[in-house]
Amino acid sequence: MSICLRNIVLSYPDGDGHRRVLDDVDFEVRRGEFVAVTGPSGSGKSSLLAVAGLLITPDSGRVVIDGSDMTGLDRDERTTMRREKLGFVFQQSNLLPSLTAVEQLQMMSHLAGGSVRESRARATDLLCSLGLDGHVDRRPHQLSGGQRQRVAIARGLMNDPSVLLVDEPTSALDENRSREVVALLADLSRDRDVAIVMVTHDLSRLTLVDRACAVRNGTLIPLPGSVPSAIR
Amino acid sequence: MFLAFRDLRFAKGRFTLMTSALFLISLMVVTLSGLTSGLGNRSIAAIENIGADHFAFGAPPDGRSVSFAESTVTTRQYAELAEADGVDAASIIGVAPARISVDGREVAASAFGVDGHSFAAPVVLGAGSVAVDADLANDNGWTNGTRISMSGKVFTITALVDDSFYSHQPVVWMDHDAWMSLPSAGGSDGTVVALRTSAGFDADSVGEATGTAVTDGRGALNAIGSYTSERGSLLLMQTMLMIVSALVVGAFFTVWTIQRGQDLAVLKAVGASTRYLLQDALGQSSIVLVLGSGLGTLAAAGLGTAASQSVPFSLTMSTTVVPFLALVATGMIGAAASLVRIAKVDPLAALAAAR
Repeated sequence: MSICLRNIVLSYPDGDGHRRVLDDVDFEVRRGEFVAVTGPSGSGKSSLLAVAGLLITPDSGRVVIDGSDMTGLDRDERTTMRREKLGFVFQQSNLLPSLTAVEQLQMMSHLAGGSVRESRARATDLLCSLGLDGHVDRRPHQLSGGQRQRVAIARGLMNDPSVLLVDEPTSALDENRSREVVALLADLSRDRDVAIVMVTHDLSRLTLVDRACAVRNGTLIPLPGSVPSAIR
Repeated sequence: MFLAFRDLRFAKGRFTLMTSALFLISLMVVTLSGLTSGLGNRSIAAIENIGADHFAFGAPPDGRSVSFAESTVTTRQYAELAEADGVDAASIIGVAPARISVDGREVAASAFGVDGHSFAAPVVLGAGSVAVDADLANDNGWTNGTRISMSGKVFTITALVDDSFYSHQPVVWMDHDAWMSLPSAGGSDGTVVALRTSAGFDADSVGEATGTAVTDGRGALNAIGSYTSERGSLLLMQTMLMIVSALVVGAFFTVWTIQRGQDLAVLKAVGASTRYLLQDALGQSSIVLVLGSGLGTLAAAGLGTAASQSVPFSLTMSTTVVPFLALVATGMIGAAASLVRIAKVDPLAALAAAR
């Protein structure tokens, strides 16, 4: 199992009391599996992603990544785990404006203590494998929305994570670019044997995932109709 | 400093603006520093070059500080001081305003009367001979052998002395007996007694025993009225500029940090530690500070060198490197204000729902 959430309870302050946004949630994703989490705004789907991404510590429950229990880790240890075990793709790509496409990836290697110079070849290969040949030395403002999101995906994969967490990747893209990006994620999960969790409100993309579930009233409900990877 | 260098390259307009501001501030600070030292030198050089480690002043009234302008000492006090424990050598010095007249032209100066064979005399002086500041002599076309008159008495210049100023006036050194005959000496035996002392010298007890106030070299310089007031004003201006520099740097990097708050959240989310980001930010600040302040210091040094022919500008390590380092240090304190914001950035803000 690549990532496993067990009995997760998470609540936020709400007026005088607390609102429980995740209520005893169990969730797991295997390597090579592409899972979508959907739900209306405020349902708790991003909170689930934040817990899985070690950005929030739940009130109770366990997060296990690659067999390692993340319970009780301090801030610095969680940061290290995010760097070594997880990859992130954010809404609107969130690329750093001062870095070129290849530097966005080299930075990940630098954060992990690697050599910037030595990582350039690997970063370039990764970008080219995602169809960004000829764009490696361009800055974010010189790329289209779809290209930016591809760079963000490459950045998320640079340190070979076990799990790629993807937050609303298509919200700033048109129909065709959205479909391309989700299809790319589906291919990557299979080809690179990485677990992908994608939070989205775009139900039209659920046919491309292995499994989908919705967050409603703090609980996780499996959704029918997603296409198994074998058929895809 | 992976990010620091690339941010500098990407936002070069903003950083150039900041570097320019630091350039101008350091230009002003270093120029002021050189002028402060140069002007100060015009007040104290003659006293400093005497080579005494202590000075005995006539005891001031209660609550007042020692002052060259108000001090008088007697030959009896001088004799007692010369015999005091720990005193290796003593020389009575008279300081009085003087007007030098040559061929009907008059020049203002300070007359220093010393025992012509003591350590305080810049050269051996006999009755009727004087040594004058070299700049004063050059400006007036005087040379060794030129005859000058003061208060109706004629003296012959026997030596020119470099860098001999007191209270912004050139100094004319003369024999102590001749000095006492000047009307401006006011009939006193002398103004202060310069002392060379060794271990075991107790300034307080010697002062009490001789009816004088004994101070060290620094204290003697502070007894020159023009020096303390002028230096105080210029140092205040330098301090204010340093504070302005720290505020400007602090404001710039705080705004810069706020502008890239989302980027910092993304960086933390993908695994950048707070320490990594703080080191990067400090590195970036130090590059901007060293570059801006360094260029300003070099420019001020160049300007000062060119201007030193006409204005009293002192170009030394303490007037260039010290203010440069102080500017970098105060700038780093200002930049440190932005570090708090970096430390507080929550990686959760990288997620869409958190915005």
